[in-house]
Amino acid sequence: MFNETEHTVFLPHDRLGALLAAIRAGGWQCVGPRVEQGTIVMAPLAEDEDLPRGVQAEQAPGQYRLGTDAKRRHFAWANGPQAIKPLIFAPQETLWRVARDADGRLAFETVMPDAPKLAVIGVRACDLAALALQDAHFLRKGRTDAHYGARRAQLFLVAVQCAVPASTCFCASTGDGPTPTVGYDLALAELDEGFVAVAGSAPGRAVLHALGLAEASPVQIAAAREQGDAAAAAQTRRLPGRDLREALMARLKHPQWDAVAERCLACGNCTAVCPTCFCHTEHDIPALDGASSRHEREWDSCFGETHGHLHGFNVRPDIRTRYRQWLTHKLAGWHDQFGRSGCVGCGRCIAWCPAGIDFTAEVAALTGASGGSGMEER
Amino acid sequence: MNAHTPSRPRVAVHKFSSCDGCQLAFLNLGEDLLTLAARVDLVYFAEAGPLDADAEVDVAFVEGSVSTPEDLERIQRIRARSGVLVAIGACAVSGGIQGLRNGADSASWVAQIYDHPEAIASLEHSTPIATHVPVDFELWGCPVTSSQVLGVVNALLLGVSPCDNADKVCTECKRLGHSCVLVTRGIPCMGPVTRAGCGALCPGLGRDCYGCFGPAENANTHALSAQFARLGLDAQAIARRFQSINSQAPVFRQAAEKMRTAGDE
Repeated sequence: MFNETEHTVFLPHDRLGALLAAIRAGGWQCVGPRVEQGTIVMAPLAEDEDLPRGVQAEQAPGQYRLGTDAKRRHFAWANGPQAIKPLIFAPQETLWRVARDADGRLAFETVMPDAPKLAVIGVRACDLAALALQDAHFLRKGRTDAHYGARRAQLFLVAVQCAVPASTCFCASTGDGPTPTVGYDLALAELDEGFVAVAGSAPGRAVLHALGLAEASPVQIAAAREQGDAAAAAQTRRLPGRDLREALMARLKHPQWDAVAERCLACGNCTAVCPTCFCHTEHDIPALDGASSRHEREWDSCFGETHGHLHGFNVRPDIRTRYRQWLTHKLAGWHDQFGRSGCVGCGRCIAWCPAGIDFTAEVAALTGASGGSGMEER
Repeated sequence: MNAHTPSRPRVAVHKFSSCDGCQLAFLNLGEDLLTLAARVDLVYFAEAGPLDADAEVDVAFVEGSVSTPEDLERIQRIRARSGVLVAIGACAVSGGIQGLRNGADSASWVAQIYDHPEAIASLEHSTPIATHVPVDFELWGCPVTSSQVLGVVNALLLGVSPCDNADKVCTECKRLGHSCVLVTRGIPCMGPVTRAGCGALCPGLGRDCYGCFGPAENANTHALSAQFARLGLDAQAIARRFQSINSQAPVFRQAAEKMRTAGDE
């Protein structure tokens, strides 16, 4: 957003429904924020459904509580446990089936998912940065994941600038937020009186055009830009650098790995909520009559036992080696694979860790840098 | 046994000290039960009908713990007549809820409850099947699910080792998109130390897991106890979280003992 060449318009609050209608008119189903189970979930939105207003997400290590936003904004919640990832990298799906015919011959059949046109309302800059990394993994040239690709091609992304970061957010230090800069069809910045809006693609421009909105005023654009700067400045956590590869790989025997292993549950929640984690496992599920079988893929985690299982032994038998694998892959190995760190600063691994482990505090302790929240470790 | 065995594999489903709930994993299969009956020869399954307790079988499923003098003798007979023995359910793999009497004065309990305590013949301890005979495969759960049972039957019919998912309940919870009850509500969910397999049933209904599938691999009970303490539970309350369905599973028993000791100090 806030590129000089962009055509920036203004969407009053009371026309948000018209925006969703224009998106639906383009053939997309809308998925957006809904208050459910004490959190913000991304759910299919009914045609007459209003987006929640005045909801904030108060987050701390191991804690997530919904609070109230006095300004009654639509997007004052920083994030929920998931955003785009489960919509395109399915937590569980069948990839193919095999059946035995009367002569005993095997016939294999690819199972492709239903991939409706899907508009995701309210994704954040960190989500878009994570999506770019997932694309780099799943849509790599010559090795494209058909199931991911089919759903990815159908996405229409409505990004929103983060104005109210959670205490767990640190996207400013990873360079991924809080204002969306790339990868969206539409981007919004929410002000008291409505939204400053820009399009980032031809479909996005068509949707905005259909609404016939007035241009945003220079005052509104300036307010939105300043709001983004303030949100970045308000973040209390950080990583000590954007390339920690050398620092971490030089500390593989650091005693902090033992310290964190004392507290880590190896439950894998951090990897499940991480928007860039892509590990999965595959199983065959034979039918009871022995005539067919389906091949299923599901999310896996480097904190699980079988992830490190090689023939005859396990390369990561304990929690210390598993936590180290996760953190060093995320912040070091990703540089080798994708040319940047795998962390986009969304802070989900901090909030959704049932033991309240603070990723930024662990990195600070490992690298000897000042970081984390500046608070004493619990 | 393998898929090319000309005759159908003979299968028995036995019950020891238990509530019969795990046998329902078979009976609740619906149409699949008919398919199963066509693929295997069910020679003993008291709850369903067939009764030949001493038949030689290829696969014996054993529900329940060893809890009476009669159980001690019967499990030896079954082991001797079975090719593969699969222990199913919390009672069979950890001693079950009745294992709570281990370490208690059960004789005084019996005296308080029954008019004729001399009519009760029970062992001092409730113990898992594997304490008494070699067990080829264990299915955790209270009760086990139909898909667990089917998974084992299928694997054995195909001649491969059954899959053993020892990951935490959290892995299933997150795949299903449930919101974490521990993080959003601060309630003491046992999911992070409990073995998957139930499909995150309790968290999916908004309540905390109580560990009925027993300890997962690499269960860091110490870290979870510390988090429960931060959530406001005292040592005795934390100990009780581990002393439920699978109180005698060594990992849970040690976690409870540690908290009891801490609470006494």
